[in-house]
Amino acid sequence: MTNVVVLDYGSGNVRSVQRALETTGASVEVTVDFETALNADALVVPGVGAFAACVEGIRKVRGDQIIGRRLAGGRPVLGICVGMQVLFERSTEHAGDGYFAGLNEWPGTIDTLHAPILPHMGWNTVIAPLTSEMFAGISDERFYFVHSFAARTWELDPIEKMTAPKVTWANHGEDFVAAVENGPLWATQFHPEKSGEAGLTLLANWISTVK
Amino acid sequence: MPVAVRVIPCLDVDSGRVVKGVNFENLRDAGDPVELARIYGAAGADELVFLDVTASSSDRETTYEMVRRTADQLFIPLTVGGGVRTTDDIDKLLRAGADKVGINTAGIANPQLISDASRRFGDQCVVLSVDVRRSKESPSGFEATTHGGRRSSGLDALEWITEAAERGAGELLLNSMDADGMQNGYDIELITAVRAVVDIPIIASGGAGQLSHFAPAVVAGADAVLAASVFHFNQLAVSDVKLQLAAEGFQVR
Repeated sequence: MTNVVVLDYGSGNVRSVQRALETTGASVEVTVDFETALNADALVVPGVGAFAACVEGIRKVRGDQIIGRRLAGGRPVLGICVGMQVLFERSTEHAGDGYFAGLNEWPGTIDTLHAPILPHMGWNTVIAPLTSEMFAGISDERFYFVHSFAARTWELDPIEKMTAPKVTWANHGEDFVAAVENGPLWATQFHPEKSGEAGLTLLANWISTVK
Repeated sequence: MPVAVRVIPCLDVDSGRVVKGVNFENLRDAGDPVELARIYGAAGADELVFLDVTASSSDRETTYEMVRRTADQLFIPLTVGGGVRTTDDIDKLLRAGADKVGINTAGIANPQLISDASRRFGDQCVVLSVDVRRSKESPSGFEATTHGGRRSSGLDALEWITEAAERGAGELLLNSMDADGMQNGYDIELITAVRAVVDIPIIASGGAGQLSHFAPAVVAGADAVLAASVFHFNQLAVSDVKLQLAAEGFQVR
């Protein structure tokens, strides 16, 4: 049985993430224990609320080290919502004219969406690459988003001899990154655990890639 | 805009039981919020709202337990409102599995609660719930009421909504006390007036009676449409509301 850890660093509601993952047949543990999170078959980094608070919470439990070491070993990590945003270089959220630093797994800035109505709240469509494993068997489905900030650009240039990241886009006022599949590091701006059957299928797709 | 219009059933619950009753066939327990939540989820509801009318604060534990059991089985967003007085109340509801928490009377009594909650949990968790009725004494012609519309707050509704949005409320549950229960359609005048002053999502509430009532609320500026009795008594199905909205050119899930 695939064993998944949801990193419980104090960010919001991890219970629904846990229950949604359990529907895939995985055994799920909600913990911040360093060794457990490091050694799990798969790790979820949730995130609700402000960017800087999430980064601080993750660092406090050495989550940045956990994520870094797991990725170095090719072990799956899934960031959800702000748990995806923190993987980028920096964010302008509540930062005045400056930035807050992220975990810097990916280049780029999380910035406020330019849209008439914010937060972007509700069910939206996504455009996934045809080769996406994350969205395998999922078409014409909507996912539940709730956020005001997003990655409005994707800045990681493809490197020769390395598999190019698969980037899925959505639109609210403008295009933004809705999901990323980058080797062992996957992330979604939307909440798969709140996206009904489509979200559960996506989580099952993720679990099925876990060796 | 490609984001879909949300169709949201609202359940009134008291001490962990659905009040006013719900009239579905094949329902083992018409008062069980968990079973109803599951049915609405399967029927295509985009979100659910629980309005907790539990009078006694000592019964709050039953509310948390109900939220917990619902969130364990429901993989769509859940908003819980009613009786929320402190950020600790909000914390307990979020930990139990609520995604968003509605703040109504307590926000009017203590606007700082809105600011504190949005700072601690994020704007996206904080739903300002306002019961509005027409009043000649309010500058805008609309006043905010408290205690489920029974008392005047003395606040102009548009001013209060504007302030709460600035304090960090991430969404507005806009309930028209004039339209509520009449089934004559949503309060288009109110929705239009509120849309002109805030740019957070608006959930229109109060007045739904027929399929033709939903699209005008969206045209007026609502991002989501909420209804209670028309769904509970099988007068309208969630799926029919969506088909009608789609037929009128709106995106639905």
